[in-house]
Amino acid sequence: MTDLTKLTIAEAREALKRKDFTATDLTSAFLKNIEAGNGALNAYVAVTADKALEMAKASDERLAKGEGGALEGIPLGVKDLFATKGIHTQACSHVLDGFKPTYESTVTSNLWADGAVMLGKLNMDEFAMGSSNESSYYGPAVNPWKAKGSDEKLVPGGSSGGSAAAVAARLCMGATATDTGGSIRQPAAFTGTVGIKPTYGRCSRWGVVAYASSLDQAGPIAHDVRDAAILLKSMASVDAKDTTSVDIEVPDYEAAIGQSVKGLKIGIPAEYRIEGLPAEIDALWKQGIQMLKDAGAEIVDISLPHTKYALPAYYIVAPAEASSNLARYDGVRYGLRVPGKDIVEMYENSRAAGFGSEVQRRILVGTYVLSAGYYDAYYLKAQKVRTLIKRDFEQAFHAGVDAILTPITPSSAFAIGDKELAADPVKMYLQDVFSVTLNMAGLPGISVPAGLDSKGLPLGLQLIGRPFGESTLFQTASVIEQAAGRFTPEAWWA
Amino acid sequence: MSVDIETVKRVARLARIKVSDEGAERMTGQLNGILGFVEQLDEVDVTGVEPLTSVVEQTMKKRQDGVTDGNYPDDVTRNAPMTEDNFFMVPKVVE
Repeated sequence: MTDLTKLTIAEAREALKRKDFTATDLTSAFLKNIEAGNGALNAYVAVTADKALEMAKASDERLAKGEGGALEGIPLGVKDLFATKGIHTQACSHVLDGFKPTYESTVTSNLWADGAVMLGKLNMDEFAMGSSNESSYYGPAVNPWKAKGSDEKLVPGGSSGGSAAAVAARLCMGATATDTGGSIRQPAAFTGTVGIKPTYGRCSRWGVVAYASSLDQAGPIAHDVRDAAILLKSMASVDAKDTTSVDIEVPDYEAAIGQSVKGLKIGIPAEYRIEGLPAEIDALWKQGIQMLKDAGAEIVDISLPHTKYALPAYYIVAPAEASSNLARYDGVRYGLRVPGKDIVEMYENSRAAGFGSEVQRRILVGTYVLSAGYYDAYYLKAQKVRTLIKRDFEQAFHAGVDAILTPITPSSAFAIGDKELAADPVKMYLQDVFSVTLNMAGLPGISVPAGLDSKGLPLGLQLIGRPFGESTLFQTASVIEQAAGRFTPEAWWA
Repeated sequence: MSVDIETVKRVARLARIKVSDEGAERMTGQLNGILGFVEQLDEVDVTGVEPLTSVVEQTMKKRQDGVTDGNYPDDVTRNAPMTEDNFFMVPKVVE
């Protein structure tokens, strides 16, 4: 039999319907890969093998009767940020020690209702705060890619590093992820996978551990554009339990793939040509422009003048919201409790022991910018800048632009334990310079692999869409995928 | 604007995170790095600009003010470090 774990979701879906193999065969193949590879990659922080086989068996019963949902029997990994009933859910933090929710997130409920199989919970930066997966309480996930001729271990990006690593290394067919400032798209770019952050309000945030509520959105990481479309169709929904969930029906994203981009207007923003942009990234961007031009798209130069202020504004808004959201971890209702001489000291001890240093840093920044006397100077100002950032995009779309093409990362994957990045938090924050703008405006963005750099590591390009313009993103990203091809790392981990 | 070590300790107290003197000192440098970075926003003229309150153009959904959920105290307290009869147990707060 061919290696079932090399199939795409679309291929497996057809093969399962044809009964070429069973859902149990497919799940078993992935569990075998996890057993062999997870020791080296640290992509999963909890593997739910028994549950997976049970779900696969139920899928087989439905498939035998000619029934089954859109993802029947498809084995997926779930980022540790999604509440999964009775199963490890800790946002990869020590503070949620032993937490097993008594409820299921809307996004994962949607997946299981469509017949998907859960393989386990995936590694991530603690509370989704990070760009390298190194802030995880469970240690860093490892990128399946290595530079040519080097044995150095690289980060898979973050915060959804485990999701990206697991997909790239074929430890799952696809994975859920979340993106607050780039946490789906940057890891996808670092691992040669496809990741989409949908429009704010497209996927329910109910049951997703909150980081920065006005920015957080769930989305998939997948092998190719079609699989990402299939997964998003299932993850997205209109949900009464999330008041920011938008009342728009979820379209059939897959139908957009293969449609011509002839006549589509693709904007190229001047402000993304930042100072010190590496020549390789610039060259890749130009190639992407050419690919879309060759496919008949119209390329137009645009200006998004407030681009450079997105990242500083983000580092006010996100920590401010985080400091409020993370106030709930107090050692009383769940997770870790470290005793103290009174209740206040118990709070302080529990939170000091439970939160890692990046999380503490962001809580303190957030508490400071929201504290009396500083609110107007920081938070209010940042929210005003956010209005300007959103207005830039609105003007571009109003002028007829259908999607915007930009780089997604300033480099390919860097080494685990990079000293320069570890010493200066702001340097690590600059990883998000291309990704964070659209979170600030609530817009959708997709990262699609577009080539390899001189070290043989994958690089991605980003397409930014209009609100609820996900179909256009799949349509356009698919053109880049067709032209650039797909990229697979050499298996060294098993 | 920059912070000193006393401000960091005060903020840590507000955030209910215990910090050592050494930790507060390290954090002071890092916080000043971040605050220095966000200072770029001072270049932007925001006169007359409304702060963004929602990225989606939709009126906040409202539901009926009624009980729609509940009656499972076991579930609510299941993950707590210390409980008794479905109450969360904490150190004595009132003398």
